[in-house]
Amino acid sequence: MIGGLFIYNHKGEVLISRVYRDDIGSQAADSAVFSSSGPFLRERLGGSVRRNAVDAFRVNVIHARQQVRSPVTNIARTSFFHVKRSNIWLAAVTKQNVNAAMVFEFLYKMCDVMAAYFGKISEENIKNNFVLIYELLDEILDFGYPQNSETGALKTFITQQGIKSQTKEEQSQITSQVTGQIGWRREGIKYRRNELFLDVLESVNLLMSPQGQVLSAHVSGRVVMKSYLSGMPECKFGMNDKIVIEKQGKGTADETSKSGKQSIAIDDCTFHQCVRLSKFDSERSISFIPPDGEFELMRYRTTKDIILPFRVIPLVREVGRTKLEVKVVIKSNFKPSLLAQKIEVRIPTPLNTSGVQVICMKGKAKYKASENAIVWKIKRMAGMKESQISAEIELLPTNDKKKWARPPISMNFEVPFAPSGLKVRYLKVFEPKLNYSDHDVIKWVRYIGRSGIYETRC
Amino acid sequence: MTVGKDVSALFPDVVNCMQTDNLELKKLVYLYLMNYAKSQPDMAIMAVNTFVKDCEDPNPLIRALAVRTMGCIRVDKITEYLCEPLRKCLKDEDPYVRKTAAVCVAKLHDINAQLVEDQGFLDTLKDLISDSNPMVVANAAAALSEIAESHPSSNLLDLNPQSINKLLTALNECTEWGQIFILDCLANYTPKDDREAQSICERVTPRLSHANSAVVLSAVKVLMKFMEMLSKDLDYYGTLLKKLAPPLVTLLSAEPELQYVALRNINLIVQKRPEILKHEMKVFFVKYNDPIYVKLEKLDIMIRLASQANIAQVLAELKEYATEVDVDFVRKAVRAIGRCAIKVEQSAERCVSTLLDLIQTKVNYVVQEAIVVIKDIFRKYPNKYESVIATLCENLDSLDEPEARAAMIWIVGEYAERIDNADELLESFLEGFHDESTQVQLQLLTAIVKLFLKKPTETQELVQQVLSLATQDSDNPDLRDRGYIYWRLLSTDPVAAKEVVLAEKPLISEETDLIEPTLLDELICYIGTLASVYHKPPSAFVEGGRGVVHKSLPPRTASNESTESPETAPAGAPPGEQPDVIPAQGDLLGDLLNLDLGPPVSGPPLATSSVQMGAVDLLGGGLDSLMGDEPEGIGGTNFVAPTTAAAPANLGAPIGSGLSDLFDLTSGVGTLSGSYVAPKAVWLPAMKAKGLEISGTFTRQVASISMDLQLTNKALQVMTDFAIQFNRNSFGLAPAAPLQVHAPLSPNQTVEISLPLSTVGSVMKMEPLNNLQVAVKNNIDVFYFRTLYPLHILFVEDGKMGESLCTEPFLGGPEEPRGLLLTCGTPLFPLPDCTLQNQCFRVDGLTLLASRALVTGLTAGVWAASIFGPHPAGCDSCPLCFPSHLCQAQLCTPHSPIGSHSPPPTPFLPERSPRDEHFLPRPLFPLQLSLKCRAPEVSQHVYQAYETILKN
Repeated sequence: MIGGLFIYNHKGEVLISRVYRDDIGSQAADSAVFSSSGPFLRERLGGSVRRNAVDAFRVNVIHARQQVRSPVTNIARTSFFHVKRSNIWLAAVTKQNVNAAMVFEFLYKMCDVMAAYFGKISEENIKNNFVLIYELLDEILDFGYPQNSETGALKTFITQQGIKSQTKEEQSQITSQVTGQIGWRREGIKYRRNELFLDVLESVNLLMSPQGQVLSAHVSGRVVMKSYLSGMPECKFGMNDKIVIEKQGKGTADETSKSGKQSIAIDDCTFHQCVRLSKFDSERSISFIPPDGEFELMRYRTTKDIILPFRVIPLVREVGRTKLEVKVVIKSNFKPSLLAQKIEVRIPTPLNTSGVQVICMKGKAKYKASENAIVWKIKRMAGMKESQISAEIELLPTNDKKKWARPPISMNFEVPFAPSGLKVRYLKVFEPKLNYSDHDVIKWVRYIGRSGIYETRC
Repeated sequence: MTVGKDVSALFPDVVNCMQTDNLELKKLVYLYLMNYAKSQPDMAIMAVNTFVKDCEDPNPLIRALAVRTMGCIRVDKITEYLCEPLRKCLKDEDPYVRKTAAVCVAKLHDINAQLVEDQGFLDTLKDLISDSNPMVVANAAAALSEIAESHPSSNLLDLNPQSINKLLTALNECTEWGQIFILDCLANYTPKDDREAQSICERVTPRLSHANSAVVLSAVKVLMKFMEMLSKDLDYYGTLLKKLAPPLVTLLSAEPELQYVALRNINLIVQKRPEILKHEMKVFFVKYNDPIYVKLEKLDIMIRLASQANIAQVLAELKEYATEVDVDFVRKAVRAIGRCAIKVEQSAERCVSTLLDLIQTKVNYVVQEAIVVIKDIFRKYPNKYESVIATLCENLDSLDEPEARAAMIWIVGEYAERIDNADELLESFLEGFHDESTQVQLQLLTAIVKLFLKKPTETQELVQQVLSLATQDSDNPDLRDRGYIYWRLLSTDPVAAKEVVLAEKPLISEETDLIEPTLLDELICYIGTLASVYHKPPSAFVEGGRGVVHKSLPPRTASNESTESPETAPAGAPPGEQPDVIPAQGDLLGDLLNLDLGPPVSGPPLATSSVQMGAVDLLGGGLDSLMGDEPEGIGGTNFVAPTTAAAPANLGAPIGSGLSDLFDLTSGVGTLSGSYVAPKAVWLPAMKAKGLEISGTFTRQVASISMDLQLTNKALQVMTDFAIQFNRNSFGLAPAAPLQVHAPLSPNQTVEISLPLSTVGSVMKMEPLNNLQVAVKNNIDVFYFRTLYPLHILFVEDGKMGESLCTEPFLGGPEEPRGLLLTCGTPLFPLPDCTLQNQCFRVDGLTLLASRALVTGLTAGVWAASIFGPHPAGCDSCPLCFPSHLCQAQLCTPHSPIGSHSPPPTPFLPERSPRDEHFLPRPLFPLQLSLKCRAPEVSQHVYQAYETILKN
């Protein structure tokens, strides 16, 4: 399992080092030195031996000249897993055949937990929360085995303010929660107003050939829930999943004909750990007791019948060796009543571009030399519209043999619907112990479709 | 953690703070203890009391904290005190304490395994598997798995259907990490039959929808492993396959680091069960912003999934990638196009044209990579795409990488007959021969030899140049050896050389980079772990005893066999046969590379010492003969090869001797000459020679014949003034030096003399052929005796006499009117493996030097050809199964005894008895011999001699 965890700043200085197992760092050198030296020297060298692993990572990964070629590095039989968050490197070190996926999941979780406690992960924040981080590392990783890492539970007994002495009941409540079946929610939560918010956030990914052929397209979506509910509410979530609707459709043929078109085929979905997976597997119903506050209920992926909100039609013509003519048309493809926002089209230009003249019908377009691209921004655009940009790019003559790679034209946007066609059908809340019913809960649903990697080759 | 500062001096003060009520402060003190206890073991004892007290604290958080910290203090004295509190904590009422204690057992085991066993903690840990709290179960499973790993033989993780059931129940309820521990533990179990496997699979499949990728991958591991037991006809099998694909695809929308782990695993899964993802090609298309490590892995999987159905799409993608920025990625993409061509035959033409397009871009590394793959395409589809060679040749100058240069040279050599200026091209490479990498040098050598064999007339100078560069001026043993082998081959038998060097090469296989199946099966058992990321078994990167247990997939069992299967299979060691040795991937890779880079001819393993010997000799005469001059044979023999090939006809004995050593590997130092030496026989009894007794034998030592004499003075007076003389004989044997007995031979003294012989003496036919009349003189008298010398001492080592010799000059061509033909009429067959101990070849294993005819020449211009006919049993179709001991037995024949004085035949395979039925040569396959002598009068009788030989 994980032998140690280090956090480095961008210079490669160690901010946090927590060693769980003795095997990291060269044992042989260790014992050889120890046997021949006194206790004082022993500590110093002991420290330096441990530092070996730390230094190895700094030298070989952080200060490596090359771009990182792999997130897993094996240096002298020691494996380093690293994740980078802004300027901070988190590295887990091991000498064993650990579950690699678990280590990365843990590192991400570690980032989440830290972010939940003190916000952005930065050198300053880490230094300021030095004690807290050690306390957390002690709790969520025991002998290299990840333990409960849900912030909801952790916050009950690890705080930044210091803990008031708890009563015996409180203590046992904490432990039962940390180890309990519903480790993500504590009991006794009360709200005057029971409210919940559902956000369906989707990102559309597209790769289109210059001829307009869809090479690959998929939507990866997330359902994020913010719940402010009292007690231990039992929730049931329903959406227009094709399999569910077809199942129900057998009973009422009428509904099938109505909703059959609207149902969507979900390729695959994953759920927050609060969802009872065995129930989903057998009945395909999504039931859970939600954590308090915001969490990601599910992630899903669809590839069929995706509504592509925009179509990009590029036309690139090389006029001689020193001139390029680019014309790009974008077409919006959704209900005219809806408005797309934050539209940005990025047209890459060759490295030897000397000047660009742009004419666009709508929005603003600018050539950004530092990014080697023409960036065309449109604030809003209604559905079923069309807009065009044309540009003349002048090139410096070069003797570079290599042809310009023509990176794809990429696009960013935000639309107020779910491109996958997903619809939330219901979210029922049951709380048998407290006296509020499903009707008393105020529910909000919002759909946002964003561009993921939305590229058209030219 | 203290920025490298040593704060151990504060130890007593810190320990004093331990008994605080402030939990936060307590944690910090404990943290300090964990870091410094080891450096202050004596002082650490002070803390024990507080630990023990804390383990009984009413607050479960403190109890757990104490037991957790105690386990981290690796001081032997403390561990003794740890046992009691730990025992209590394992049975604590609070699950939080119990789950911490479970992990603590693993910690304690790491420090002192014996203690854990003695104290019975393992049993307690096993009981925790049935705990009511899922977290406790999960941690207990994790701890047990870890302990079991360091005791591969123990039956510690004794999983049975009951405990499996408990684990599966806990699986539904515990945290994501707990689920991983349980799934990893489950993967070690081997269900007793397919029904049990199916029921476990059914309960594991819901995990595929978990948000945590590690849970998903661990579930995939369990399913992939247990699937092995399910029958393929089962409906459930198909359902399971379908269920596996979507979660694997979903893993690709995780963060890049996890994508990387997932892709490395998918790479394995695709190799094991390609059907799972065969329709999911598109998700592996590379995104512009993917990190490079994700891109490279995706590309790998794309090639694995490429099939006729999707090849068009794949090719279009690959062509896009070939214009990207990252050099490694572009190279891999270009290479991938080539691999597609090799994999999907229908696409080969498009791939080739795509590659040609890419070459037109003139981007240096693209061109080079393209040439490397085109070489492979030629190997797969010979005589199909050679039209592109012209384009390739245009880019010759831009090649600066060894691999590309080597590939280009290979192409030029292979298709030399189609490239008009092949010699010029190769010559241009030759200029900087010594600056090239070994790969290029080897390839260049081979290519020029090929060229020479194809266009012998114009390229003699070139081939000579490269051979001398390779053998004379190079320090690289591989290069030198290969140089010698070609040289040898060319000088021995150009036709055979052609046969060998220009042999039809086997087509290369489609998937050269597949992981070896046993390794793959093992890696499947390690899905999700580092082993699957590195594609290496854990033993390759884990030190010590941990993780060295080889895991293997369970064997497929049908339910009706279930009665026979064991009740509980030991974990980690399923009843299936375990692979004994799994070569590390590096080795395999190395092998593959060797195969790939190697020339069509691989040389035999040669001893370096003998190489050196040979070097000197070879360079002496070899060159001349190679040039086709009329060579001067030793002893003034003018033996000219047929001029049909410019190849050499005759090499002096020295050359041969070097090579005899080259090939004579097994005979060791003592018998470096490789020659058989008969024990000394008494030639001249003392009573016949006035007290002088002469016994002796004949030997052949590296190209020289000598007569080993032992002179014993049995008379009463001192003997001096020794001299020796031979009568004229069949092969012109004569003393090459006077008999030198330095000191007078006193009575009862014995002296050993080795008398060098030459074959330049005058010739007279003797009866029998190997009869030798000798006169020895000393101060007393002149004595005469006769002896029979074994014919083998006359055999030269060079084995010169190619196929051409066998077929043409023996017929008595104009150059050799005196020749006597005794050759066979049977067609000649490749002889892959043969050993002729006496001055002949020893051709090991797969050595391609086994030429069509194995020929030995006699020094005095008499040539004995031992030509092997085919094995009548029909083994000729497969040269490799040609029974090698038969050859050996046959080849013994030429020097088996002729006269009564000659030594008895010696078996050449000591481990085999001569009575072995295989040593009865004649009925199995006939041996045919021919002998030739420069003296016509002798020639006629050679036949008789051989008759004798064969009869014996």
